[in-house]
Amino acid sequence: MDTDQLIRTLTADNAYRARPIGLALMLALLAAAPVSLLIFFAELGVRPDVMTAMHNPFFDLKFAVTLALAASAIAVSLHLSRPEASLRSFGWWLLIPAGILVAAISGEMMMPQRTPMMTRLIGKNSVACMTAIPAMSLPLLVGALYGLRHGAPARPAVAGAVAGLLSAGLAATVYASHCTDDSPLFVATWYTLATAIVASVGALMGARALRY
Amino acid sequence: MREREDEWTDLMRSAISGDDAAYHRLLKAITPVLRAAARRGLARAGQPVDQSEDIVQDILLAVHLKRQTWDTSAPFAPWLFAIARNKLIDALRRRGRRIFVNIDDFAETLPGETPEPTVSPGEVTAQLQALPARQRDVLQSIAVDSTSIKDTAAKFAMTEGAVRVALHRGLASLTAKLRDR
Repeated sequence: MDTDQLIRTLTADNAYRARPIGLALMLALLAAAPVSLLIFFAELGVRPDVMTAMHNPFFDLKFAVTLALAASAIAVSLHLSRPEASLRSFGWWLLIPAGILVAAISGEMMMPQRTPMMTRLIGKNSVACMTAIPAMSLPLLVGALYGLRHGAPARPAVAGAVAGLLSAGLAATVYASHCTDDSPLFVATWYTLATAIVASVGALMGARALRY
Repeated sequence: MREREDEWTDLMRSAISGDDAAYHRLLKAITPVLRAAARRGLARAGQPVDQSEDIVQDILLAVHLKRQTWDTSAPFAPWLFAIARNKLIDALRRRGRRIFVNIDDFAETLPGETPEPTVSPGEVTAQLQALPARQRDVLQSIAVDSTSIKDTAAKFAMTEGAVRVALHRGLASLTAKLRDR
């Protein structure tokens, strides 16, 4: 097939309209979400004292951190799906959840505490946290990568890592309703580690899946 | 140069709003620029320049399949050159060389410089043979025999919609095969 023939063929396909990336990503995440929720309700479930926990600002702050991570990573993912885009202009969005976390830690430091700092940091659920967040993230990550394949990222591994961040953010939001450790120190340690694992897996998978 | 790139942007906007003639003109207009850049990249990597047509076709397929990632309010050229650069690096890497491709390779081409294709490209044609029969027949009918979608539908006793689907899937799987080979 010579190039003129190829051009003619591409022109014949001009009427085809691909889904916008945002829609493709949303649909793929909606398709993957039930799998993650199934893992959550089968293995973990919402903590029994959730109604009283909601009055604890540090319980609520966990959601602020994880939702900020999910939202900023979704925005950065959509930006990175364009071939000429780089992390330079929008990458700082990913610092928003970190900023909230730092503010929460300083807030907690200023309050009188019944338990010592290390006890709060180590918590009771570190193993559950490190297992549940990656396990619930995985279906979301596969969905996110599937949706982002409509894009054309310049650096597939970077785009994959950000897809990992968004999946971890969503999974951690659900997980936070199970976890009884509300200290921002616990979140900063274990949620961050779990998120880093998912981001690394995302980078590895994205390097292959997001090439165009 | 500015004018040329503004014209591309206008053509692409028209193409996206359904103007097939504008799309055809745009693809024809960018091809010599891509060809010149591909040759320059190959030459710099010490590769024979007669492989440039494979790279040009690779870029054209990517432009086509990824055009929804172009923001219609932005200029077209930077988007195009980002795709072209990515594909050129990929192609050179596959040929065993790591090389930096300068974005100016694309922007530098003078308007008067319109190289002709050297050798008929082999890679797309070879991968075409590996497609499922239906996609291959439709692609061949439209590309090689230059039959319209309507006549292709009549020839294979398909609906026009089915021809369009086979055409698009054929182009997408062709691209996937070229990428993963």
